[in-house]
Amino acid sequence: MTVPVPTSPAPNVPRISRVPFSELWHDKAAAIGLAFMLLVIFLALFAPLVAPYDPAAQSIAARLRPPVWMARGTWDHLLGTDNLGRDVLSRIIWGSRATLTIGAVTCLLAATLGTVIGLWAGFMGGRTDSILMRLVDIQVSFPGILLILLVVGVLGPGVWTLVAVLSVTNWMVYARLVRGIVSSTRQAPYVEAAEVIGCRPARVIFRHILPNLVSPLLTLAILEFTNIVLAEAAVSFLGFGVQPPATSWGLDVASGRDYLFIAWWLVTFPGLAIVTTVLSINLFANWLRVTTDPEEREKRFARAEAVRRRRAQGRTSA
Amino acid sequence: MLHFVLRRLVQGFLVVIGVTTTVFVVTRMIGDPVALMLPLSASAAQRAAFAQQIGLDQPIATQFVRFLGDIVAMDFGDSLWQRRPAIDVVFERLPNTLLLISAGLGTAVVLSIPLGAIAALRPGGFVDRLTMSVGLLGLAMPQFWLGLVAIMIFAVTLKWLPTSGMGTAAHLVLPAATLALTPLARFTMMVRAAMIDELNKPYVKTARAKGLGLIRILRVHTLRNILVPFLSISGWELISTLSGYTVVVESVFAWPGLGLTAVQAIQRGDLFLMQAIVFVIAFLIVLIGIVLDILSKAVDPRIELN
Amino acid sequence: MTSPLLEIDNLHVCFDTRAGTVQALRGVSLSLAPGETLGIVGESGSGKSVTAQAVMGLIDVPGRISEGEVRWQGRPLAGRNADRDARPVWGKEITMVFQNPMTSLNPLMTVGSQISEVIELHLGLSRPAARRRAAELLSSVGISGAERRLDQYPHEFSGGMRQRVMIAMGIACEPKLLIADEPTTALDVTIQAQILELMAELQEKMGLAIVLITHDLGIVAGLCHRVAVMYAGQIVETGLVDAIFENPLHPYTQGLIRSTPGLDAEEERLTAIEGAPPGLLQPPAGCSFLPRCPIGDKGCEAPQAMRIFETGMVACRKAGVPAWSEAL
Repeated sequence: MTVPVPTSPAPNVPRISRVPFSELWHDKAAAIGLAFMLLVIFLALFAPLVAPYDPAAQSIAARLRPPVWMARGTWDHLLGTDNLGRDVLSRIIWGSRATLTIGAVTCLLAATLGTVIGLWAGFMGGRTDSILMRLVDIQVSFPGILLILLVVGVLGPGVWTLVAVLSVTNWMVYARLVRGIVSSTRQAPYVEAAEVIGCRPARVIFRHILPNLVSPLLTLAILEFTNIVLAEAAVSFLGFGVQPPATSWGLDVASGRDYLFIAWWLVTFPGLAIVTTVLSINLFANWLRVTTDPEEREKRFARAEAVRRRRAQGRTSA
Repeated sequence: MLHFVLRRLVQGFLVVIGVTTTVFVVTRMIGDPVALMLPLSASAAQRAAFAQQIGLDQPIATQFVRFLGDIVAMDFGDSLWQRRPAIDVVFERLPNTLLLISAGLGTAVVLSIPLGAIAALRPGGFVDRLTMSVGLLGLAMPQFWLGLVAIMIFAVTLKWLPTSGMGTAAHLVLPAATLALTPLARFTMMVRAAMIDELNKPYVKTARAKGLGLIRILRVHTLRNILVPFLSISGWELISTLSGYTVVVESVFAWPGLGLTAVQAIQRGDLFLMQAIVFVIAFLIVLIGIVLDILSKAVDPRIELN
Repeated sequence: MTSPLLEIDNLHVCFDTRAGTVQALRGVSLSLAPGETLGIVGESGSGKSVTAQAVMGLIDVPGRISEGEVRWQGRPLAGRNADRDARPVWGKEITMVFQNPMTSLNPLMTVGSQISEVIELHLGLSRPAARRRAAELLSSVGISGAERRLDQYPHEFSGGMRQRVMIAMGIACEPKLLIADEPTTALDVTIQAQILELMAELQEKMGLAIVLITHDLGIVAGLCHRVAVMYAGQIVETGLVDAIFENPLHPYTQGLIRSTPGLDAEEERLTAIEGAPPGLLQPPAGCSFLPRCPIGDKGCEAPQAMRIFETGMVACRKAGVPAWSEAL
C-alpha cells in the first residue's frame, strides 16, 4: 500500500487539503460519522421536502401515538406523535435546522471575533498582546452558562439573543489558538525573511500566516460546533433558547418531559438526534485530527500493528 | 508563595471586576430592571418608587460606584421572590450544590484514573476500545437528556430510585451519576492519552531497565506525571460543572441547589438573586483556580509560582 | 577462555511502519566475557542502541525481534525462546545508563527514591536500609552531600550530576554488566571525561563488564578492550581495540578512523566519508557500504561472509586493502 505522505513546508501544521480521503473508508466509525453529518445537513436543507408533515400541524385525533413498531403505532407517524398530535419525525427533521443554523452562525461569529483578536495580539506582541491575553484569561474564568442565563433573562429569550451570547462567550479558544500560531509563525525564518526584505505587515499576514491558520481553525471549529450544539440544546431545554412555535431538539425534549410516564418517545427521539449528531461530528473530527498529523498517523499504525500481532499470538498459543 | 497568592488574588479581583461590569452593563444598561422585576400591573408611581429605591434615578457612573460598594459589602439586595436578602438564599442553597458536585465529580475522578490507565496499557485492545466508545458517547450526551432517560429507566420503569428531589442517599444517585458521565468521559480520555504519551518517555525506559513491573511503573512513575495535567483538567471541569452542568442537572432532578435556584430566579425576573448567584460562583471559580495552582506546585516541584 | 557472560546470536530486529518494515538489525552476533569492556561504534541509525535495547528487553511495538536470540550466561534472555524466569536479571545483573540524563530520570520523584526503588526491588532491603545504601552509592559516584541530595529532584542536578545518579542506579545491585548507551553525548566535554573516568574506576573496583555504545572513536580508544563497528544494522568489523586502530581492515572502519580528529596523527586533514547509509526498508543483499566504498566492485554485491583474522572478524572480501589512500 503506497499512500502519499503529506509533506508541507511547515511540518507541524496539518493541511486538510492533503488529507487522503480515500483512507476514510478504512476507519468505519469516521466514515459513518461523516455520512451521518451529511445526512443531517441534507435533512436541514430540504426539510420542507423530506418531512412528512408540517412540524406545527396539530391533530387532536392522533395525539400521543407511539412509534410504528409499538402496539398502537401507525405507519403514518413513524416515530409517533406528541401531546398535540404533531409528528415527532417531522419535528426532528425541522429541528435540525435550528441546531445547524445556530451552531454554524455562532461558530462563524466566534471564530471571526477570536481570529481577529488573536491576530491582533499575536502580531502586535508586547503590551497589546499581554492585555488581550489577560482579557482572554479573565473571560475564560467567567461562569459561562449562568451569565448566558442572566443575559437571556434580561434581554428575553430568542434565537438571535442566544447566538449573540454564545458567540461572545466562545471566542476565547480561537483567540488563543490563532495568537499561538501567529506568534510562533512570526518567528519562523521565512516570515522573518519576508519582513527583512520589506514586505508590509499586512502582506506578511495574508501571504504567510493565514494559510497556516486554516486547518487548525477548521478542526477547532468542528469540535467547538458540538459544544455549541450541546449548549443550544441545554439552553433551549431550560426554556431560554428557541421558543415555540419554532422547533429545536432541546425544546422538544423539554416539552416531552411532562409525558415522561406515558410517552417515552417524546423525550427519547429528539435526544437521540442530538447524541448521534454530536457523536458523528466527534468521530469525524477525531479522525481528521489524527490523519492531518503525520506523527499521530504513525502511532495509530503502530497500535493497529500491535493489536494484529497480539491476536496472531493468541491464535498460535491457543 | 505569599507573592504568588497576592498575584493570583489580583487576577481574581480582575475576574470579579470583569463579572461585575458585565452584570452591571447587562442588567442596568441593556435591560430595564424595573420592567423586569415589577409585575405588569404595577402603577407608574410604584415603578418610580422602585427605580429610586435601587438608585436608577442617579447618573450611570454613580450607579456603578454604588453597585461596586454593595458588592464589597456582600449586599446584593433582597430577593423579590423569596423576600429576604439574596445572599442568604445563595448560602442556603450552595451546600446542596456542593454535595451534588462532590458526589458526581468525585465518582468521575475515582473511576477515570484506573479506567484510563488500563486502556493505555493496551492501546487498541478490548478495554481501550470499550472505554473510548463509552467516552465518545459520554461526550455526545446532553446531560438533561441523559437525566431524563435515567429517570425513565430507573425511576419510572424499574422503580429502583426516586425520580427527583432531595432527601435520602437514594435521591443523590441519579443526579450524581448524570453529572458524572461527561467529566468521567473527558477524564478517562485524558488519562488514557496522557498515560500513552508518558509511557513512551525515556524515564519509563529507565524504569523498565531497572526491572520494574508495568503495574509498578504505572502506579508509581507515570501516575505522578499525569497528575498535573489531570489537576488542571479537573479544575476546568469543576468550573464548568459549577457554572453550567449543575443548572441543567438540578433542573431535571428538582435538586434544590444553586443551579435550580438560578433558573427559578430568571423565570421570576429576580435579578438581585441572579446577581448574587453569579457573584458567588465567580468567587468560587477564582478560589478554585488558586487552590489548583498550589496543588500543582505540591505535585510538581518544578512549577514556579509567579 | 571463560564462558561468555552475554551472547548475541544472529539477532534480527524489525520495526513495522506505515512505509514498510524497517530492518534495524540484520544478523548481529556478539559475545562478551566477564569484566570485559566492549565498545560499539557506528553512526546514528546503525543499530547500536537497538542492540542494547534488545539485550534489555526494551524492544516494543512497532519493533520486534524477528530472528536470533540474546543469551545471558547461557540462558535465553530475549528472542523467540526467551526464558521468562530470566527476567529478574534486568536491573540487577544487567543494568543500563541512557543517553540523555535530562529525560531519563523521573522528573517528579526524588533522586533518593529512584535509587532506593531498585535496591528494594532486587536486594529486598527495607526502606531505611535502601536509603542508606543509596547515600553510599551517591558518594561513591562522586556526589557530595549525599544525604541532602537524596531528597532533591532531578531538575536540581546538573547534566553531569544526573548521569552520575544514573550510574549510581546502574551499579546499585552490583551488576555483572553495565550497558552505557552514549552516556556522555549530551554532556559538556569536560564533564564527559569525568564520567568516563568514573566508569573506568568503577569497572576496576567492581570487575563489571561494560558495553559502551558511542559514535566517538576517541572514547573507545581510551576505555575499551574490544570494539565492534556497526553499519546499517550489521557488524562490519570486530576486534581488539589496539589492533583495529593500528590496522583497520574494513573500508568503513578505515574511513571512520580517518574522519576522527586526533586519532590518526599522520593525516593533517579530516576527511568525511561521502554519501549516506542505505535505507533499511529494502537493505541491499550485499555489502551495504558498497555505494560509499572507494574500492568496492561487482563482487561486493553478493552477501559478505565474516572473515576471521587473528585479531578479529571482518565482513569484507577486500579486507585489509587500504581504501582511502588514493582518494586524496
